[in-house]
Amino acid sequence: MHELPVEVSVNGQTYRGQVEPRVTLADFLRENCGLTGTHLGCEHGACGACTVLLDGQAVRSCLIFAVQVDGQDVTTVEGIAEPDGCLSPVQAALKECHGLQCGFCTPGFVTSITALLRDNPAPTDEEIREGLSGNFCRCTGYQGIINAVHRAAELSTREAQRDLEVHAQQ
Amino acid sequence: MKAAPFAYHRPASVTDAVALLGEYGDDAKILAGGQSLVPMLAMRLTHFGNLIDISRVHELTDIDRIGDEVRIGAATPHAFVGLDDEVAESVPLLTLATPHIGHFQIRTRGTLGGAIAHADPAAEYAAVALALDATIEATSARGVREIPAAEFFTGLWETALASDEILTAVRFPVWSGRCGFAVQEFARRHGDFAIAGAVVGLQLGDDDRVTRCGIGLLGLGSTPLRATAAEAAVLGGQVGAVTPEEIGRLALSDLTEIPADLQGTAEYRRRVGATMVARAFEQARTQATEGAIDA
Repeated sequence: MHELPVEVSVNGQTYRGQVEPRVTLADFLRENCGLTGTHLGCEHGACGACTVLLDGQAVRSCLIFAVQVDGQDVTTVEGIAEPDGCLSPVQAALKECHGLQCGFCTPGFVTSITALLRDNPAPTDEEIREGLSGNFCRCTGYQGIINAVHRAAELSTREAQRDLEVHAQQ
Repeated sequence: MKAAPFAYHRPASVTDAVALLGEYGDDAKILAGGQSLVPMLAMRLTHFGNLIDISRVHELTDIDRIGDEVRIGAATPHAFVGLDDEVAESVPLLTLATPHIGHFQIRTRGTLGGAIAHADPAAEYAAVALALDATIEATSARGVREIPAAEFFTGLWETALASDEILTAVRFPVWSGRCGFAVQEFARRHGDFAIAGAVVGLQLGDDDRVTRCGIGLLGLGSTPLRATAAEAAVLGGQVGAVTPEEIGRLALSDLTEIPADLQGTAEYRRRVGATMVARAFEQARTQATEGAIDA
């Protein structure tokens, strides 16, 4: 089957490739871009491990073909930390609250929580549980992850306040 | 878990999409959000030689109030439907149903038209379309055909669409006056396919008589269903005349194809379904009689 050209911006960097239409975005990211942070669990949209941000929206990269996102922007777990390597509030909170153990599902949680908190900066326990109902974790029992979302919300709010204060002083 | 090879087409307009579908016919499938189609391709439950991607056909993502109807373009993602103010105001049953569809990472991609064209028996929007008597627009090179929701779902994952037709929009009637709407479903995990569920729309006259009643059922047959016997028992009478439990019982009474699988037996689904109908009816009735906004 003939291949089609694809050009995608991933974490701010442009990647070009020639792929069969049946290649998923997840496989394109892992195999063509060498970005293996995006993990594949079930490959049919149930586990959430492969979640990435597509033009800012959290999506399952195993349920999208790479050819479909030609010209669009993708953020993977590799693009969530600060450019200097400092962990994002979500990543720092997951580490602090024991929100991960083996780490396989973590990239999907990091991207999902990042989108969740952007749209709802102070979610309730119920909103967090609903928001993360599409991500499986087989190690933690989820409590640490839920605590981490609350903690990340606190850290983000504090960071935003500090930015405001710095801005006011200037 | 990889799809078999196919050719990919991304038309820029409905006209181009329809031309491609006319050319490839049965060997082509419309790809919208892909949240049901792509897993089925990955598991090789189905295969098509050509996929026609309409996810970037912008003319299919409009939401418009036209007269007494809200017209929603087929490629509008669930997330947009769920957040739209016009929809919340005019067709609140859609807004209430949206959070039950999959997970938020599915709703960013899945589309209203895709959900209805896929016609899963547990599809929330399909049940809403049935309950509210929506009209489905099907476009082909021959023009636009209107299909009443009641005639659209013909079998498991089968619809009245011809092989050269694309579902391009769904028009939902706006119910006004003293109305109540509710969605209830039961799933083992939030966002999973419902074991059973119900959507209810209710409209009352000034004397508390039921002037309109639509009850859609999920997961209780080979297609989404409408509980016509229960609706008939309620219509025209005082809203409190029949108990919610009796309405639940009636809604399930004439179903003959209740599925049985690892999630539960047919008898279990019947009981869960009756309870979901009763709860949804009670909630809709409370909203209609008390004018409560928070459903």
